[in-house]
Amino acid sequence: MDFNDTPEEAAYRKQVRDWLEANAPKAREGSADPEAGDGMAASKAWQAKKAAAGYACITWPKEWGGQGGTPVQQVIFNQEEAKHPIPGNPFQIGLGMCVPTVMTFADEATKKRFVGPALRGEEIWSQLFSEPSGGSDVAASRTKAERVDDGSGDWVINGQKVWTTGAQFSDYGIVIVRTNPDVPKHKGLTMFWLDLKDPGVEVKPIHQMSGGSGFNEVFFTNVRVKDSQRLGAEGDGWKVSLVTLMNERLAVGGATGAGWSQFMETARKTPGLDGASALQDQSLREKLADWYVQAEGLKHTRNRTMTALSRGQTPGPESSIGKIISAVQMQELANTAVEMLDQYGIINDGELAPLDAAFHWSLMFAPGLRIAGGTDEILRNIIAERVLGLPGDIRVDKDVPFKDMPTGR
Amino acid sequence: MNFDFSDDQKFLKNEARKFLDANCPTTRVRKVLDDDAKAYDADLWKAVAGQGWLGAAIPEAHGGLGLGHLELCVIAEELGRAVAPIPFASTVYFLAEAIMLAGDDQQKAELLPKIAAGELIGAIATSEGPGVVTASNLQASVVDGKLSGVKVPVTDGDIADVALVLAKENGKAGLFLVDLSDAAVVREAVKTLDPTRDAAKLTFKGAPARRLGAAGEGFELVEQIFDRAAVLLAFEQTGGADRCLEMAKEYAMERYAFGRLIASYQAIKHKLADMYVKNELSRSNAYYGAWALNTNAQELPVAASAARIAASEAYWFGSKENIQTHGGIGFTWEMDCHLHYRRSRQLSLVAGAPRVWKERLVSHLERRNVEAA
Repeated sequence: MDFNDTPEEAAYRKQVRDWLEANAPKAREGSADPEAGDGMAASKAWQAKKAAAGYACITWPKEWGGQGGTPVQQVIFNQEEAKHPIPGNPFQIGLGMCVPTVMTFADEATKKRFVGPALRGEEIWSQLFSEPSGGSDVAASRTKAERVDDGSGDWVINGQKVWTTGAQFSDYGIVIVRTNPDVPKHKGLTMFWLDLKDPGVEVKPIHQMSGGSGFNEVFFTNVRVKDSQRLGAEGDGWKVSLVTLMNERLAVGGATGAGWSQFMETARKTPGLDGASALQDQSLREKLADWYVQAEGLKHTRNRTMTALSRGQTPGPESSIGKIISAVQMQELANTAVEMLDQYGIINDGELAPLDAAFHWSLMFAPGLRIAGGTDEILRNIIAERVLGLPGDIRVDKDVPFKDMPTGR
Repeated sequence: MNFDFSDDQKFLKNEARKFLDANCPTTRVRKVLDDDAKAYDADLWKAVAGQGWLGAAIPEAHGGLGLGHLELCVIAEELGRAVAPIPFASTVYFLAEAIMLAGDDQQKAELLPKIAAGELIGAIATSEGPGVVTASNLQASVVDGKLSGVKVPVTDGDIADVALVLAKENGKAGLFLVDLSDAAVVREAVKTLDPTRDAAKLTFKGAPARRLGAAGEGFELVEQIFDRAAVLLAFEQTGGADRCLEMAKEYAMERYAFGRLIASYQAIKHKLADMYVKNELSRSNAYYGAWALNTNAQELPVAASAARIAASEAYWFGSKENIQTHGGIGFTWEMDCHLHYRRSRQLSLVAGAPRVWKERLVSHLERRNVEAA
């Protein structure tokens, strides 16, 4: 048991370090938060540089611009890259979920057209799954595609998607739509790729409760797509979506805002009871210990995952626990920090609140993180069913034609 | 990155599981639970000694197998899973570790071979009453090599041959080895939450005591010994917590209510998912503790604290929610659920309660931050 790279990993890390040293930006341009949308030029420039050197998607085959590398090499690159003031990454969803789906299901010409520009950051992709009527229950999607009755084989899409990350600066998307309402919900779905600049596509940023607008509503009004834009067979949309979603939870697990160490530093500087530092408050110290232990547990769980990858094994189910812990901790830690400030905690002004109001930002963003990419409840279902092997939920809509399913709000 | 046990260590773990499945089913554990006169399973103790486990981390020069602490960790996990009713922790995690850490050559040569051979049961005696023992309330004292005072509870104090006792000498705390067969030692068994792990009240009336380690460093040594024990206990706790999840799952997959397997209700599924998450956090922290223990890393105090806190939480949660998942039958003496509920309390308290470890952890983090700044 050790934390050392194998000789091959060490050599790769050295190569990556040298390359980053020579090529990575020396100062951050724009915000590190891709949601902010500024610094897009810097993001695209950095992506192009990585793509030219084969570092954009290391595990992809060489013919598609990757290195045919291992997951461990990708992790090593990520670790080293994070040490530099790199710009935000608005390409993750596209390169992690959408483009792999295109690569799996599209024809050669389509792949040739889209993979390269996406890899180089020239074109950005969105994933259009959630709808107002179904977030956790994506298979209940109502947005529909109907064949145009003119012998062209084209489809016309009508409906609405929601919570589409980055759609406001995206060029293309993959969309799951209902093509047959007469069969049970999972069986009547089909996946398409489409141009988000097409007429009839309207992107409206959502004004989130946190104040930001990283997510969007996307409306489709008679959007015409070619049958060649279909990904997978008609009616196979659900199966195709599983390929797309395979990586989502890993992609969403990360960012958690201010953590235990920022809390500790803030507590040290904040007066507590009797004028002593708040860090001397026993109730806060206990919470701090719990957060540290959780954060360390997740860190070392990632180390276990990395070890499995390093040995060429498939990581165990332990990697599924990340977001359940980190999203809830983000919320609790932020709220405790704000309460620690006592009356002053009301102030949300970055000029006045500690750490540029980082805890306040976390407090207001955490409710979204607990929902995005699988709610706390869905993730518990996934652990219960896929990890522990407990029975699936009873599905009252399993054998009901989609058009006969009860609908509420 | 190689943050996992080796194939050999996993093989050992698997062998330990098979051995304990055969030699320590809960029917055996219950013989100790149900018989007040039986403090531990002496036959199992002999058999475990025969496996060489007592000396797994003791150097070959002192009669051990000279493996390492990683091997001891995998054994600990299996002992915890089996709720083994033997004085393994007292003898191996506390006494043997203390001697290897701070003993002089003579103490090592005299005691370690006996421990490895299963000829000597150990105990550690720090507590003197309710609450945390500190420099300001420590009463036991050594004068001219004779120990006087009361220690309670001392886990395995009723069966141990040698106890490691925290006591004052010249006003400063030290650790002392005491032969419990001496006539100046009075032992009285006390009833415990977990009757499969006995404890005693030890009264010392001028018992001969030999110092272990430097004079005046009693509390520092206790901390170091507890750090080492905490990692090993965390593996026992993780093993027990995993078993609780298995039991809950097995039951939920057999029991019907309202015409459905109870495992199909989200209330149960989410409960079990929460158990799984806590167990994984426990395991990952325990692994880091194992690495720190095995390499004697500077990070050991922090790693051990985190391992202990995560493992105490996981086993407590698992043991209580396992009973809840079972419903009424889980509250009966006949079901094994309470064996884990009891053991989880014993293991959480024996090296100091989680509350104390949380304070220690934060103190270490504060110091680390100051040094880094």
